[in-house]
Amino acid sequence: MSARKIVVTSGKGGVGKTTTTANLGATLAKRGKRVVLIDADIGLRNLDLVLGLEKRIVFDLVEVAEGRCQLRQALIKDKRFEALSILPAAQTREKDAISPEQFAEIVDRAAEIADYVLVDSPAGIESGFRNAVAGAGEAIVVTTPEVSAIRDADRVVGKIAGSGKPIRLIVNRLRPEMVRSGDMLSVDDVCQVLSVELLGIVPDDEEVIDTTNRGEPIVLNETNRLCAIYEKIARRLEGELVPFTSFDNPSFLGRLMGALKAG
Amino acid sequence: MIEFLRRFFGQPGSSATAKERLRLVLMTDHLELAPEMIDTMKRELVDVISRYVEVDREKIDVTFERQDRTLAMLANIPILSVNRPSENGDAGKHGNGKVEIAPPVAEPVSSAQPKPGAETKPPARKRRRRKKAGRAAPAGAAAAAT
Amino acid sequence: MHQLQSDDHAVGGDTPAAENVEAKDVKLGRSIVLTSGKGGVGKTTTTANLGTALAARGARVVMIDADIGLRNLDIVLGLENRVRHHLLDVLEERVEIDDALVADKRSEHLFLLAAAQAREKEDVETAKMQALVTKLRERFDYVLIDSPAGIEQGFKNAVAGADEAIVVCTPEVAAVRDVDRVVGLLGNRFRPQLIINRLRPQLVRKGKMLSVDDVNAILRLPLLGVIADEPEIIVTTNKGEPLALRTATPTGAAYHAIAARVAGDDVAAPMPAAAKVSLFERLGSMFSGARR
Repeated sequence: MSARKIVVTSGKGGVGKTTTTANLGATLAKRGKRVVLIDADIGLRNLDLVLGLEKRIVFDLVEVAEGRCQLRQALIKDKRFEALSILPAAQTREKDAISPEQFAEIVDRAAEIADYVLVDSPAGIESGFRNAVAGAGEAIVVTTPEVSAIRDADRVVGKIAGSGKPIRLIVNRLRPEMVRSGDMLSVDDVCQVLSVELLGIVPDDEEVIDTTNRGEPIVLNETNRLCAIYEKIARRLEGELVPFTSFDNPSFLGRLMGALKAG
Repeated sequence: MIEFLRRFFGQPGSSATAKERLRLVLMTDHLELAPEMIDTMKRELVDVISRYVEVDREKIDVTFERQDRTLAMLANIPILSVNRPSENGDAGKHGNGKVEIAPPVAEPVSSAQPKPGAETKPPARKRRRRKKAGRAAPAGAAAAAT
Repeated sequence: MHQLQSDDHAVGGDTPAAENVEAKDVKLGRSIVLTSGKGGVGKTTTTANLGTALAARGARVVMIDADIGLRNLDIVLGLENRVRHHLLDVLEERVEIDDALVADKRSEHLFLLAAAQAREKEDVETAKMQALVTKLRERFDYVLIDSPAGIEQGFKNAVAGADEAIVVCTPEVAAVRDVDRVVGLLGNRFRPQLIINRLRPQLVRKGKMLSVDDVNAILRLPLLGVIADEPEIIVTTNKGEPLALRTATPTGAAYHAIAARVAGDDVAAPMPAAAKVSLFERLGSMFSGARR
């Protein structure tokens, strides 16, 4: 049976596509799924870095496409997770080194040996994005609750919607205290504007920066609240109805804290 | 202190502004991304209006303009003539009840049938009626172009 | 007119830009591209604030949004309701430059040339972009070009016609790696200057974020300045009011200091409360061979 092939994209850069791909992939692997992550950001690869696997790269996506090696030779198995591998992007090539058809073909090959193939899309809507979407049967759009990010997410949703592929939304880097103080759009605001099915809400967490520095996806740290959040996202992805974590706290104390912290 | 009180009592902060601006900007983005939809909408709009008044299709201008906190569509549609209302008040409809999008009608409304292949230049009788009524001035200047 | 070399890796080429012969008598303004590779590090925010700060000094400034299809410079400046025509309308000669320039609401001599939203970056001809930038340099003291993320056609368009480059980087490994790559692609034509954005001094002190020294040990670029991460930036984007309008705020003041340095004034590089140097072992191997 073939895998689910999901592209993780956003339009806007820096909203957390790579972090999401890495952590969601790791979480699915923790749940016993076979997962292949593919970095489609040729020339600006970062998925390897975020997972701390940059020193183990031997072959890359473009070399597989050009037939210079087998897919399995290029896949790097992540030793920390039962069945997680990544196919790194090429660093010194350009995105037109591979066509959407070639990319889709590689995704299909990966799908034969996995339950999930997650494709980490580059920022933008140019050829790198088009490659990344070409391989996928579904899309996860990542946005932050900020005006530019939402506008770009809307554009990307528009681009994918025509293909009929299901699209779901992750709102990343939410800062509940800023939402409370009225200085950040709420998840409801974002969903109303975009009208896309919500898959997950991930709060901003400064630990993510540190763990990326060390190449350790945050879900390795069971004490971090993001672990449970990604678990929920994985379960929803599998079709379970999981209630969303509420970050609203309209209590007196909550509002006091919000008013004090803000500004 | 005032800022603190404002936030404590739940006064809308910049997120309310952001939501408004985002709503408007996405509407504009969507319009910019769908020129065919706008063309179809313009055509159908003019077709509907033509059922009631005769318009100058060559000089129609439809634009979108942001006004205050909304997006508005401004249509400038020059009217060439307004049919004389019939006794039973069904002004604009041809005698046979069919609404036809056709060149100008030569006969009075109640008995008219559009001539196939008729020209856009109005026939003589129409012209006389128009002189009596006075040409309707187009509505105010169109808003900025898209 | 300088032509980009398409057959080597260096987008910037190796020869200096040719002067516009007809404009010998006119002092040409400076054209600066702001780029980064990594998205979301603050190129657009920096362009808007730097433009605002330069205009506050009396300079005539035009900011070009080169992110065709994903325009955002207009919304960061609060000018999204005033955009009537865009960059491609000008490049494809449907309108005159003046019809497309949007005057800033608050700053004098500050103008925006917005990106097209419904088009593709591949629609821009780099030669026409260069010609446009040259024409704008005859009328403005500064032409700031806001590059999109990435190193694809959009980036190449933005670089075309620019004489100088500012790279924007956050103190995170992925961003540093991308800037390193971009500097390599810019080639010998540019001597990019660096702005480090979104530094969090308390995290640096705890050893959980790269310090300024860490970043520049890798990049080795002249530093224009460092901006701290402030929630207020989100608020200013919500409202469409760049922080550089408020010189009393630390970030507003930092942008003004950067503008002064860009203009050549002898002003110290703005720096948030100092962070101690903390080196990570992984940094060295990460970047081997990446810069071309």
